[in-house]
Amino acid sequence: MISLVYALVFILLAPVVGGLLAGIDRKVTAHMQGRVGPSILQPFYDVGKLFEKDSAAVNETQRYYVISYFVFAIFTGALFFAGGDLLLVVFALTLAEVFLVLGAYSANSPYSHIGAERELLQVMAYEPILILSAVGMFLVTRSFAVSDILASPILLVIVLPGLFLAFLYALTIKLRKSPFDISTSHHAHQEIVKGVTTEFSGPNLGFIEVTHWYELVFLLGFVFLFFAANWILGIIAIILVYLLELFIDNTNARVKWQLAVKSTWAITLIAAIVNLAILAYFVVV
Amino acid sequence: MEDTHIPFRVDVSVQLLLFLILFPLITALFMLVVRRDTERSWIVKISALAIGVVTVVALVTLYDKGAVYFGFDAAPVNLLMFFLEMAIAVLLLWYAVKYRNYLVIGLVVVQTAFIVWFEAMYSHSSEVANPLFSDPFSLIMALIIGIIGSLICVYSLGYMRHFYQHHAEIPDRTNMFFLIIFVFISAMFGLVFSNSLIWVFFFWEVTTLCSFLLIGFTKTEEATKNAFTALWMNMLGGIAFIVALIYLAMQPAGMLGLDQILTSGKVLVLIPAALIGFAGLTKAAQMPFSSWLVGAMVAPTPVSALLHSSTMVKAGVYILVRFAPVYAFTATGYALAFVGAFTFLIASGIAISQTNAKRVLAYSTIANLGLVVACAGIGTYEAIWAAVLLIIFHAISKSLLFLSVGTVEHRIRSRDIEDMTGLITRTPRLAAMMVIGIAGMFLAPFGMLISKWAAIQAFIDAPFGFLLVIILAFGSAFTVFFWAKWMGKLLVISPDKQNVEGAVDKNEWIALVTLAGLTTVTCFIFPIISKILIEPFLLFNYGSVARLSQDNILIMMMMLFLIVILPLSILLPHRQHRHLPPYMGGAVTTPDMHFTNALGAKTEMKLSNYYLSGWFGEARLRTTGMCVCVVFIAVMFVTALASGVIL
Repeated sequence: MISLVYALVFILLAPVVGGLLAGIDRKVTAHMQGRVGPSILQPFYDVGKLFEKDSAAVNETQRYYVISYFVFAIFTGALFFAGGDLLLVVFALTLAEVFLVLGAYSANSPYSHIGAERELLQVMAYEPILILSAVGMFLVTRSFAVSDILASPILLVIVLPGLFLAFLYALTIKLRKSPFDISTSHHAHQEIVKGVTTEFSGPNLGFIEVTHWYELVFLLGFVFLFFAANWILGIIAIILVYLLELFIDNTNARVKWQLAVKSTWAITLIAAIVNLAILAYFVVV
Repeated sequence: MEDTHIPFRVDVSVQLLLFLILFPLITALFMLVVRRDTERSWIVKISALAIGVVTVVALVTLYDKGAVYFGFDAAPVNLLMFFLEMAIAVLLLWYAVKYRNYLVIGLVVVQTAFIVWFEAMYSHSSEVANPLFSDPFSLIMALIIGIIGSLICVYSLGYMRHFYQHHAEIPDRTNMFFLIIFVFISAMFGLVFSNSLIWVFFFWEVTTLCSFLLIGFTKTEEATKNAFTALWMNMLGGIAFIVALIYLAMQPAGMLGLDQILTSGKVLVLIPAALIGFAGLTKAAQMPFSSWLVGAMVAPTPVSALLHSSTMVKAGVYILVRFAPVYAFTATGYALAFVGAFTFLIASGIAISQTNAKRVLAYSTIANLGLVVACAGIGTYEAIWAAVLLIIFHAISKSLLFLSVGTVEHRIRSRDIEDMTGLITRTPRLAAMMVIGIAGMFLAPFGMLISKWAAIQAFIDAPFGFLLVIILAFGSAFTVFFWAKWMGKLLVISPDKQNVEGAVDKNEWIALVTLAGLTTVTCFIFPIISKILIEPFLLFNYGSVARLSQDNILIMMMMLFLIVILPLSILLPHRQHRHLPPYMGGAVTTPDMHFTNALGAKTEMKLSNYYLSGWFGEARLRTTGMCVCVVFIAVMFVTALASGVIL
């Protein structure tokens, strides 16, 4: 059952939570690198500044793509937090992502083009595990609705360990963390500059940053689903997973996109077959 | 099964069906005599309109009647069909001898022998009481054939004129072209309204002949070669079909009506169902028979659109969906499902590596048909719900895509996706049509995605279903990749490019706009289609119905609404943009994207998509796919035989 209240709470609070998490990310990263780092409110200052800047764009259509990306990413998260259908959530996420890619394509710029191609490669790499995670959860709880999955008394991570690990692997791609920050990253990389976001600036880039915050909250919500039977465990899991991602980010160099895509597929395939086969066996028995 | 004779307005209904089957033939005859362009144009337009209108009338008259059977003495018609089949055999033999194709000669001889055997031994003992019928699924197919087929006819009027302007070396055989197309449409109507499998087989053979003639239409060496490939592959299916008929006719009860087959014991008909399933696989271009559909790309574009969207391949999946209740919960059915699923996965992968737009479309068709086949093999009511949705949405979006590629090809003289960079500035309206078609193929909340979603839900509960779901998840990710990169190419804004759209032929435009409208509108009204057509069909055959929950439909509608209104966001008040050139790493770049490279030479900045041919190369994947699918087809037959023998 769809709950509009939770959707509304997500729409209003997710940017605050997401921005703070991004600030914590920078603080923790700085400490890992032996720096003091900025205030944890720094992401808000940065985005505020972006919105104050002059609007400069390569073409008029970019604005449309950015707004669509923004709207559908919020839609994805809102649908998730409202307890909607998990498969539809995954499809809505892809739709949002495609708008970002189209915006990058439209610029006719070498760096944003290569970013767009790689972004699509990433979508191709992580989409299977998102769908299969939803399928795994369905096999246990007999429902695709997030609300029903939340209500399930079974600790999903116990019965879906393979899918959870594969999901974590793909999460690194989705959070744009090293070693899988192949389409764009928080730091400039010489060969792709800022990749998919190269040609966005000012308010357009501001919207993209805020969208990332929404996505971050949504993705951590997805992690929570695996632990939903125990709220305390779920919150601990989210914190640990986030710290783990930061640790991986800071200890790994970026890999080639080939390795990123292939390894994600391999892990998804093995984890899904083994995990779902065992699950299907028990469901039948 | 409820009894067959419903007295109410049966006369009108049967006349509607006969009209749909026979009227296109009359138009085809007219094509023999007209010579002037305007005359032909009017006859085609009026016929197309008549077919479209009568299809809708048939829908309105029959949709709430369930399955309606029409009984009459079919013996004279059967005899006529036998003679026509002999005529087709003679014609094919003549072509095969002329081009010295010994394989086809052999197949024609074998098939004819079987047909003669059937006619001599069983034709009298196997009368089908109700040769014609109509049920909601027939009506859905008729709508696809009648509306999309007619639109393609109208489109062809403009296209063929351009075609002969561009290919002056090919002798003008426009009349022949329309003649074959109308015969094709007539055969398709016959196929979906026939209850007698003898009739289905006859129409089946007519579609094989028509596709052979249409693929080889230009009579170039390549066209002829590909036409023969299509022919021999489909003839293999034809032979399997006639063998199935003979097997069924040997049964004591006389089992040549679809209604009789579906109500008889499953084990009894599993062997013929496997044979007809094999025939369906050849016609639906599943691996290892996929190459004929890719080869069919040499034909004029409306032919591709017709073969891919509303006819030919749809005949293949139509018969599989009809037989789905037989396949459900049998090893044969699972083997069939895996043939479809692997075809979906591998064809989607190959599509990534193709730069030729029509080949991408071809592989995507093969892939989506694979999904329908997988659903038919699973055969549960949820799977069939997904299959029917797939058939509907695929027909609309794919015909739109083919026709827009055809029109664009006449503008830019290329069908290569790399040459379509920035079509949104060069041919804006056509590019918009293409973008709608592509969105229809893979994005939420458009049709194909709804169907894939339904397919996932249907597969989960089947035994081994999780393997199918894994295959689907990966295949679907491939799909996103190749469609999105094509869409991206179209939407590149390159300010220096000229608009080369010019005046698009009015007939072509009518077809394109209607199809683009249908792509969007069917997404809004699919719950209604499901309620009045698909659910009654499922209820009748399975006793249960599948549908999306109200909540989900509401959310889909919201998404669709957002997609429709978001382009208006460009009109919102906003600060004026400062226009900047794209970042070129500091190199001085002219507005038409030329820069001086490190050696001092003028270089143009060119961007090209990833095709990943190392991973998804056609040769490599196709061989793998063929091997896997041959194994599963073998399993299909072995299991069918085993269950037949055990009984």
